[in-house]
Amino acid sequence: MSNAIGNFASGLDDRLTIASWSRRNIRKVFPEHWSFMFGEMALYAFITVLLSGIYLTLFFKPSMTEVLYDGSYVPLKGVHMSEAYASTLDISFDVRGGLLLRQIHHWAALLFVAAMSVHLVRVFVTGAFRKPREINWMIGLGLLMMGFLAGFSGYSLPDDLLSGTGLRIAEGIMLSIPVIGTYLSFFLFDGEFPGDEFISRLYGIHILLIPGVILALITAHLLIVWYQKHTQYPGKGKTNDNVVGYPVMPIYAAKAGGFFFVVFGVIVAIAGVITINPIWGYGPYMPDQITAGSQPDWYMGWLEGALRIMPNWETVAWGHTISWNVFIPAAVLMGIVFTLLGAYPWLERWATPGDQTKDHNLLDRPRNAPTRTALATGSLTFYFLMLIAGGNDIIASQLDMSINAITWVVRIGIFVIPPFVFWITRRICLSLQRKDRDLLLHGVETGTMMRLPHGEFEEVHAPLSEEAKAVILSKETIEPIPYPEKTDANGVKTPHYHLKKMQAAVSHWLYRDAVPLPSAAELEAAEHHILESAEKGAPVMHQMRQLEAEGGVMHDPSAAEADRAAGVTVPHLDAEFDQKAEDEKGQQAD
Amino acid sequence: MSQIENQEHSSEYAPVPIPHSEVRRSDVSPKQAKYQQRLISLLFGLSMLCAVIFVVAYVQIPIDETVSIPFLGTWSKMNTILGLSFGLGSFFIGAGVIQWAKQLMSHREMVQDRHPLRSPDDAREDAIAQFQQGAQESTFATQPILRRSLIGAMALFPIPLVMLLRDLGPLPGDKLFNTMWRPGMRVVMDVTSAPIRPSDIPIGGIVSAMPDGLPEVQEHDGNLNERAKSVVLLVRLNPDDIVSQQNPEGEASWDYEGVLCFSKICPHVGCPIALYEQRTHHLLCPCHQSTFDLADSGRVVFGPAARDLPQLPITVDKDGYIIARNGFAEPVGPSFWERA
Repeated sequence: MSNAIGNFASGLDDRLTIASWSRRNIRKVFPEHWSFMFGEMALYAFITVLLSGIYLTLFFKPSMTEVLYDGSYVPLKGVHMSEAYASTLDISFDVRGGLLLRQIHHWAALLFVAAMSVHLVRVFVTGAFRKPREINWMIGLGLLMMGFLAGFSGYSLPDDLLSGTGLRIAEGIMLSIPVIGTYLSFFLFDGEFPGDEFISRLYGIHILLIPGVILALITAHLLIVWYQKHTQYPGKGKTNDNVVGYPVMPIYAAKAGGFFFVVFGVIVAIAGVITINPIWGYGPYMPDQITAGSQPDWYMGWLEGALRIMPNWETVAWGHTISWNVFIPAAVLMGIVFTLLGAYPWLERWATPGDQTKDHNLLDRPRNAPTRTALATGSLTFYFLMLIAGGNDIIASQLDMSINAITWVVRIGIFVIPPFVFWITRRICLSLQRKDRDLLLHGVETGTMMRLPHGEFEEVHAPLSEEAKAVILSKETIEPIPYPEKTDANGVKTPHYHLKKMQAAVSHWLYRDAVPLPSAAELEAAEHHILESAEKGAPVMHQMRQLEAEGGVMHDPSAAEADRAAGVTVPHLDAEFDQKAEDEKGQQAD
Repeated sequence: MSQIENQEHSSEYAPVPIPHSEVRRSDVSPKQAKYQQRLISLLFGLSMLCAVIFVVAYVQIPIDETVSIPFLGTWSKMNTILGLSFGLGSFFIGAGVIQWAKQLMSHREMVQDRHPLRSPDDAREDAIAQFQQGAQESTFATQPILRRSLIGAMALFPIPLVMLLRDLGPLPGDKLFNTMWRPGMRVVMDVTSAPIRPSDIPIGGIVSAMPDGLPEVQEHDGNLNERAKSVVLLVRLNPDDIVSQQNPEGEASWDYEGVLCFSKICPHVGCPIALYEQRTHHLLCPCHQSTFDLADSGRVVFGPAARDLPQLPITVDKDGYIIARNGFAEPVGPSFWERA
């Protein structure tokens, strides 16, 4: 190390003890898998949002003061609009690279939420949320919620017709909150909608409060990942107590660092060629105007869908109105979804025998947790049905369908289709477990048929690779918690009987039907058997490989048929076969 | 563990390499390694080129220049070139670095032990002892008066924080119950403020309208609040097609010769309603597809809206222009707790 750098590092260490920290961490190992990149992608998208957002603050004017537009976008010249909208037009048409920055900001925000969502699904189906990582799961949920808020508050700022429509809906939703709704709306909007304060208030929330919270949560999220060490997929040499992968320096630093530039680059290139949120086409917001086909950003689509398919229930009682038709889909649903997501790790832990103390560092293969995986696909189906409902007008007009029919299909579908998907996913997972068991017991089918001397056909089986075997054997066979007895042998009532019964019921729901791995003895016998088959087939396989290399075919049934017809025989095989037939005859005679 | 035998460093923090079976072509072939080196440096070179293109495009391309590409519409030349050069410039750096890591950097997988996250028992006990010592020295437990009064003070402390939010907005009062509509007020064209005669609207026609004087109110208030609730739609039906209206029994019907006036604000969550189907006289809200039958008291026939579209009673003044006979009989726009 050159002297200057050495002196600098030494000086830093004198003051901050960096050497002690570095020696533990510079070569810290991180496991590698493509599915680990979604979280990373979310982080890089957020950095991109942050960077482009800083530039936008330099040009954007968060004010609802009415101005006459006098910029270079001709169709809107002389139109009354808010300063917010006018400055957004200026960014788009009069600031060089301004449109690019706006589009980078919007695309990166879309990717941020998308990557977080996929990351959430990945973490869920692989059981990465299990102890000791429940806290990080909760932080992740907080980040996702903040992502929604950041996105919504962001696309509401330009004060164009579409964003104003979104705010009008948000205000309608606020009004539906029982007791405090009207006050909440009046305080936020400084009176009635739309008022003249809201954009500047939202701006502070969008550029300071939400990103501040996101940054804090991301910092905690990453520190915890670093401290607890990343989970890893099962494989050869991978255990619950080790991490197999590449060191931060140089491999992970290079790959992760490089990946930032890739994510950033792809977002910027997309921003250069694909228009997003062309606010100039929507016009300034007027509360009495609307365009057909108004759609929120994609991550709000499911809530929009819920709002669309909800039956029109409203209760008027004791002089008060409760708008179930708005309050349930827009507020209660989100609350339920996030509560269930937040509660799931604790619920699973509660219903898993022996899970109170155990750390889970090895990921589950989704098939090995059938109920959990089925919950994921069922929930995703519910989500996508909602998303479809959110675009029912677009689908109706594009595909020439009846909007009422689509709405009714989704209204009924959300109760019917997710349970069906849940059921079928569970069956698929269990079948895959059975397939894994078969692989262990019978080895890999090579697709090579071998005819034995006595005429029997047999497929040559090859042993599983060490890697594949380790992956399959990583499965934990979990026996569900047994149902409690109401009273013990002495007639003493079991304490907390109903709670324990519920626990056992959840446990059975999670873990029943699992296909057990073969026992050690079975495995050994199977291994022996597979090796035998492989050995028996080895000469054939060898011959076949040789033939294949020469471009020939070892066995062509039609050719054999033709041979027989022509009286051609394969001497040594036929001889063996005849011998065997003789022997059998002799045995029968005895 | 057998891998320990491969340990290279004596440091307890050093990860243990495990033998990795995968051999890269660049590991064994100097030619391939050289090729990779060239490829990666080419990527970095391209990135530099992109930066130059960006600067030139920024300076040279007029901001308003567009190109028409068949099937792909009109493109802003500047935005496209800036985006592609900036984006690809970044992408090439990333691709180069990743390729470097994959092809030329050491490719050994390593193993590191995990350590239990739980503190050792003695550490836990010590932490508890320390805490208890601190708690005891604090006298928090033995000073109930101090403790309770502190808790009381802390409980009241956030009051100013909440109080300070009070002036964010006025109290709702009756604002959501009323609009500016008054008896005798003219119903005028939305943009031009021109008064409207029934004969101006053909049967089956629909017109966006507002109370006369709305622009002045807007000017005075400095906001669009009044517009957000008092805008209306005038629609003219064949009087024989009108099934019912919202007038109470015994009162004359609220139309004028088949001209009906409805609030334009959806009673669901407040979107302006604009899609009218002449044949069925249904009005569809583009936001959530609530559908109202204008020939039948603005009744909800489909969608999430729970209430009929409020109707405004109209007649004509002595000059034959449409005027409001009265204000709205109920609050317009989305439902709210106090509405009843």
